[in-house]
Amino acid sequence: MPGAEDYNIDDRPAWCPGCGNFAILKCVKDVLADLGMAPHEVLLVSGIGQAAKLPQYLRCNFFNGLHGRALPVATGARLVNHGLPVIVTTGDGDCYGEGGNHFLHAMRRNINLKVFVHDNQIYGLTKGQASPTSMEGMKTKVQTFGVLSEQLSPLTLAVAMDASFVARGFAGDHDFLKELMKEAINHNGFALLDILQPCVTFNKLNTFKWYRDRVYRIEPEYDPTDRVAAFKRSLEWGDKIPTGVIFKNNRSTLEERIPIIKDMPLVKQPFDPEKTLEEIKKELSP
Amino acid sequence: MDYTVKIGGEAGQGLVTVGELLSKVFANAGYHVFTHQDYESRVRGGHNFYLVRVADEPISSALDEADIVVALDKASIELHGPELTEDGYLIYDSETLKQESKNARHIDIPFKKIATEDGGSPVMANTVATGAVLGMLGMDITHLLDLIKARFAKKGEEVVHSNVMAARTGYEFAKSNCPECRFMPASPKGPKTLVNGIECVALGAIASGVKSYTAYPMTPSTGVLNNLAARAEKYGIVVEQAEDEIAAINMAIGASFAGVRAMTGTSGGGFALMVEGLSLAGMTETPIVIAEVQRPGPATGLPTRTEQGDLLFVLHTGHGEFPRVVFAPGTPEEAFHLTNRAFDLAEKYQIPAFVVFDQYLADSKWTYDTFNTDGIVYTDYRLRGEAFAAQKDYKRYAYTDSGITPLAVPGDAPHLVTADSDEHSEVGHIIEDAETRLKMMDKRYFRKMESLKKEIRPPLKYGSDKPDIVLVGWGSTYGVNKEAVDSLNKDGERAALLHFTELYPFPESGDYMTLLEDAKLTVCIESNATGQFARHMAAETGYEFTKLITRFDGRPFSVKYILERLK
Repeated sequence: MPGAEDYNIDDRPAWCPGCGNFAILKCVKDVLADLGMAPHEVLLVSGIGQAAKLPQYLRCNFFNGLHGRALPVATGARLVNHGLPVIVTTGDGDCYGEGGNHFLHAMRRNINLKVFVHDNQIYGLTKGQASPTSMEGMKTKVQTFGVLSEQLSPLTLAVAMDASFVARGFAGDHDFLKELMKEAINHNGFALLDILQPCVTFNKLNTFKWYRDRVYRIEPEYDPTDRVAAFKRSLEWGDKIPTGVIFKNNRSTLEERIPIIKDMPLVKQPFDPEKTLEEIKKELSP
Repeated sequence: MDYTVKIGGEAGQGLVTVGELLSKVFANAGYHVFTHQDYESRVRGGHNFYLVRVADEPISSALDEADIVVALDKASIELHGPELTEDGYLIYDSETLKQESKNARHIDIPFKKIATEDGGSPVMANTVATGAVLGMLGMDITHLLDLIKARFAKKGEEVVHSNVMAARTGYEFAKSNCPECRFMPASPKGPKTLVNGIECVALGAIASGVKSYTAYPMTPSTGVLNNLAARAEKYGIVVEQAEDEIAAINMAIGASFAGVRAMTGTSGGGFALMVEGLSLAGMTETPIVIAEVQRPGPATGLPTRTEQGDLLFVLHTGHGEFPRVVFAPGTPEEAFHLTNRAFDLAEKYQIPAFVVFDQYLADSKWTYDTFNTDGIVYTDYRLRGEAFAAQKDYKRYAYTDSGITPLAVPGDAPHLVTADSDEHSEVGHIIEDAETRLKMMDKRYFRKMESLKKEIRPPLKYGSDKPDIVLVGWGSTYGVNKEAVDSLNKDGERAALLHFTELYPFPESGDYMTLLEDAKLTVCIESNATGQFARHMAAETGYEFTKLITRFDGRPFSVKYILERLK
């Protein structure tokens, strides 16, 4: 069994002191250890942004690609090797902004990815512009009249897309966040875990205190398989913000629906060049 | 024997069916065939044509004149009537077109009436027309009847019988109503393989072990997607239609990183979207193969037509500096072999590799007595399974003399496999220091380029050994350039062709340069407005051609077009 320390590396995170990402990083390490997943038994895929740096700060297989493009890279990797769990670490700008189209289609496909979105409602890496989840009216150096577009509700969007697993966590509630991460990883299908996380440097509106005063854990009686109820709950924002599993279903995954990889991951399937060429010669005969 | 049949009509009228049936009949009968498709960007209506050239000797281009025109619409009479050769005929159905032609070389054949009376349904009008063409040519109808039988067998005896009747009646009608027809079919020489360029790219990929193909449909590249999807189950390939080209290339990169050979394909506009991903493949040293099937731009351009307008774009695009390799086949056989080269070099050097061609080569069908599949290579360069586990240590980007670090399959061993789009250390972690940056550029770019250059083969030489005139082309112009050289030599000139298929890194200077330097006239022939290959060659070698022949109206070159501009 691996311990959380097996994931430690020497690199020091380039995050600001007090950043919510530290808590998320610690939770990821703890969860991987608790689930008995050794560093080489998991693949972390990320794009660009503060959240996307996370794979740099633990021992694991990783692919740190382009801004917004983590999901297609992760999709390609999963289709080739569905024996290897894939976690996507991304942010609100990376996943909901630049990568919005991929987000929609990953949910449609129900590719078995675990998508952890560090949602701090701001662009951190580019120093403080609005993100798709920034609240209307918030002033920034770019949004000088305040944010004029409506705030995106990723959870509502995900429920509308019939995403297989939709949840929200809070970086300040470690135990619950770890539970949600585990549930997302163990879920068979696309799992969105939106993690509210304060940006101590650029978001002066949604502070740690702001979140802590509002978030609550969804009551145990709540039925996450009720899609209409999930819609309603996903829209809740303001004085009270729900955390927990909002919605889930049992849709089959894309990996399960492709007959070619049903019995064996593609990467494990042998290729016989001579036999293949013989077949092709037949196709190319008169 | 060298005849051209042109079938013209609106999209949706079945002219492609007639064209394909005829080509198949000719190939099965034992003739050489070359086809070209001209179509508009619409599913119904407009005016399209399908050209089938048939000969008893190998042929490699389309001619401007037609010996038989099958007019399925009025526009065909107007547009293709004047293209008839002296002994040529146009056939049409005056009842369907509601138009009668006074021209003695235009023969009215009641396709629809025959189809209804002898076949039992007007939908067989095209079968009648196909039979009629064979009747005029005085060719054996057996191969057509065999094809009809095979094609309609599933639909039952009755459907087969009606179609056979329709074909036969069309055949006999044309024979007895074209007493002046002087077509003399040569004796056929054994059945031929009939295949187009884009299918051969797909087959070349399969022979190379492609396991993942991710793409977004775009004319004229969609054929790669269709051809691979049709064979996905048989050869064990995962084919995924991506939400856009950005996703398509990033999926290919993810698939390759996970351990299989991966490919994507698109046309110019879609490739523009892939450019960022191309650079990612360069930085992360992830092997991928990209089929770039050109069509005329800028922007949406002429979506269904042909051009070689993306060469400099493919050569230079992608932010930052990284190695790549670019191939441009000129025939279906070359498409097959160069796709294999692209995979081999992509995997060996862990770089993006291109197969660049265009609508003309994609859709044109060629015939072969024996399609040459010799020389296909497959080496698995990846570190996987036990071999990976047996490594004492593994660093994804460890410095090596060749610049190539073995690419391992993540999950196969306790060693970690990493990739980073930021500049990175040997273990793939983000760095900022100048020293590591320089060492990585040396590994990733300079060291690899040094040996990659040596892999590149010189252009193909054809024609005279001591030419006065050298025609130079790249990619899909091969067939027409070759015939232009033949024509010049037949007229007593001393002409040769240099056909470039390996475009980057540029072939090292050798015999071909001497040939150019010793010639009086050197002509670069390209389907673009600005002579992109000529500029590429000037940049790489300093050589400047004495003449440039371009075509950029979306139509392919013909021998006539080239010879007229040489005068």
